[in-house]
Amino acid sequence: MEQINLEVSHLTVTISADRGKIIPVNDVSLRIPAGKIVGIVGESGCGKSMTARAVIGLIRSPGRVTGGSVRLGDRELTGLPPKERRRLMGSEISMVFQEPMSSLNPVMKVGRQVEEALLQHGVCSRKEAKERVLEMFRAVEIPEPETRYESYPHQLSGGLRQRVMIAMAMVCRPRILIADEPTTALDVTVEAQILRLLRQLRDQGTGLLVISHNLGVIAQLCDWVYVMYAGRIVESAPAEELFERPLHPYTRGLFRSVLSLEEGPDTLETIPGVVPSLYHLPEGCSFSLRCPRCEALCEREMPELRELTPGHAVRCRPVEKEALHE
Amino acid sequence: MNETLIEARRLSRDFPAGGGKTIHAVSEVSLQIREGEILGLVGESGCGKSTLGRLLIRALASTSGEVLYRGRSLTGLPEKDFRPLRRRMQLVFQDPWSSLDPRMSVRDLIAEPLETWRICGSRAETTKRVTELMRAVGLPEEFLYRYPHQFSGGQRQRIGIARAIAAEPEFIVCDEPVSALDVSVQNQILNLLKELRTERKLTYLLISHNLSVVRCLSDRVCVMYLGNVCEIGPAEEIYRHPRHPYTRFLLDAVPVPDPRRRGEEVPLLQGDPPSPAHPPEGCPFHTRCPFAEERCAREKPALRPDGEVQVACLKPLPGREDSGRS
Repeated sequence: MEQINLEVSHLTVTISADRGKIIPVNDVSLRIPAGKIVGIVGESGCGKSMTARAVIGLIRSPGRVTGGSVRLGDRELTGLPPKERRRLMGSEISMVFQEPMSSLNPVMKVGRQVEEALLQHGVCSRKEAKERVLEMFRAVEIPEPETRYESYPHQLSGGLRQRVMIAMAMVCRPRILIADEPTTALDVTVEAQILRLLRQLRDQGTGLLVISHNLGVIAQLCDWVYVMYAGRIVESAPAEELFERPLHPYTRGLFRSVLSLEEGPDTLETIPGVVPSLYHLPEGCSFSLRCPRCEALCEREMPELRELTPGHAVRCRPVEKEALHE
Repeated sequence: MNETLIEARRLSRDFPAGGGKTIHAVSEVSLQIREGEILGLVGESGCGKSTLGRLLIRALASTSGEVLYRGRSLTGLPEKDFRPLRRRMQLVFQDPWSSLDPRMSVRDLIAEPLETWRICGSRAETTKRVTELMRAVGLPEEFLYRYPHQFSGGQRQRIGIARAIAAEPEFIVCDEPVSALDVSVQNQILNLLKELRTERKLTYLLISHNLSVVRCLSDRVCVMYLGNVCEIGPAEEIYRHPRHPYTRFLLDAVPVPDPRRRGEEVPLLQGDPPSPAHPPEGCPFHTRCPFAEERCAREKPALRPDGEVQVACLKPLPGREDSGRS
């Protein structure tokens, strides 16, 4: 397969509501190469899901993509007419959502739902479609695929439903798969199975964008990680580098908050305060209110995202200053 | 060793399911919770852990078996004799969004249990006690007349905890108290639960699907599968040396937040748990257990002591060399 990457540059989403204007995705740039898993990690409301939806063109009113571009190879995806966009979605880029039950049609056999994806895109004839669906079911390790083809969503467990969703997303062999919290609704033993499946897709050449709040999931999957806070990327690095040397005070706080399976300290590490509302962001750096390293300038000016060592970028003035002195 | 505060003896609860079927949510569970300890209850969705929590505080009636509180049987106790004990057992819910009445102010929400139990003489005294409780759970006093929608998830959970401790309980069932919260906020709530336990000499049953959360708080841990207890014992011992094969799979499936240990070939549990409407004969886990022998399909293992823990397995696992997984 020809290697085509997804390139997101300066993507911005604006929501205008009665309460005012907010920017849930603010100048986000990221790159999803073929055969790699790229992760976005962050807490609720940081804009990670909205970024995924903007990439695939699923932003609903009153939200709007107000800037930036999304390119698949040499094709620009933002501003495509709906018909053309629909042709690409599913065949070139697909998405798996967090809650498989609400994304499947409850009154349609799951086999037919997956088949529909093939027929919509005119990939093959109806006769051929069933065989391709069964093949896909086998690929995602759905046991007894012939029986499962005839099942309705409520007859399947959460893990099986998520496999059906992944089968549906992958049946047209898209180049890019976006997975928004793909294991959050699943039990830990089933989660491990799905993580293995996503790694297999990567090894077959698919480029994946995985959104998660779970640092364990991110560490187990991703080649490259972007950390988001209040709508912006605050740090990005290859996964191993990021976990070994997190630089942004927020990333560091997040990593220190992760609980292990060992006995913990008497008092657990926390990040003071709460994630600020996008309606009431501080003037300067969005993290300044909770930051142990906050300086006077941080409260006035939003720092830039700067690459401090090759591949490792961070949006923090004190960290940047320190790096320059080293 | 402290005396037993609450004890379950062969406690069961069935639920009718459609088509004349019966779901055995909890089957003949026997366990003891000692005064002042935190017992963690882990297992995957549908294993019966929430049902067991509710049975222990008689928020749900049992089908058979008995619950004893300080040696006194709660089962069959007339409502008027149970009422004074009800105050001593409280519940903290998972979802701080749906468990608080949106039309009540924080003052009224926390005053409700005080009024129910006639703890304060006058309205002024009640309000004073409410502010004391707010301080105890880390809510600023000036929020007294705010409504739930004005709070973040973590703050709402603090309100829920204040309501639970208002009645001066001895025993609190915390049902997934941090599952709905962000990582950075989760630890704040876990620290609060720890503090309150020490200050108020509380005993907790901590129900969670998250093995790390259970590890960092619990003195002892109980693992459930399909309505049955697999093993129960000191937290350290259960995590370091899981004796029940299910416990080992559960621990191994937790994604490690370290990319260098990515895709480590840990054996994965295949498939999904059987339906509690059709639990298998013999050991409930034998259909998925790679170590199962012929007798496991026939004989249901009872909980038997093995060192410091009790395990329900005919062939408990020996300790493993590499017990250093974290």
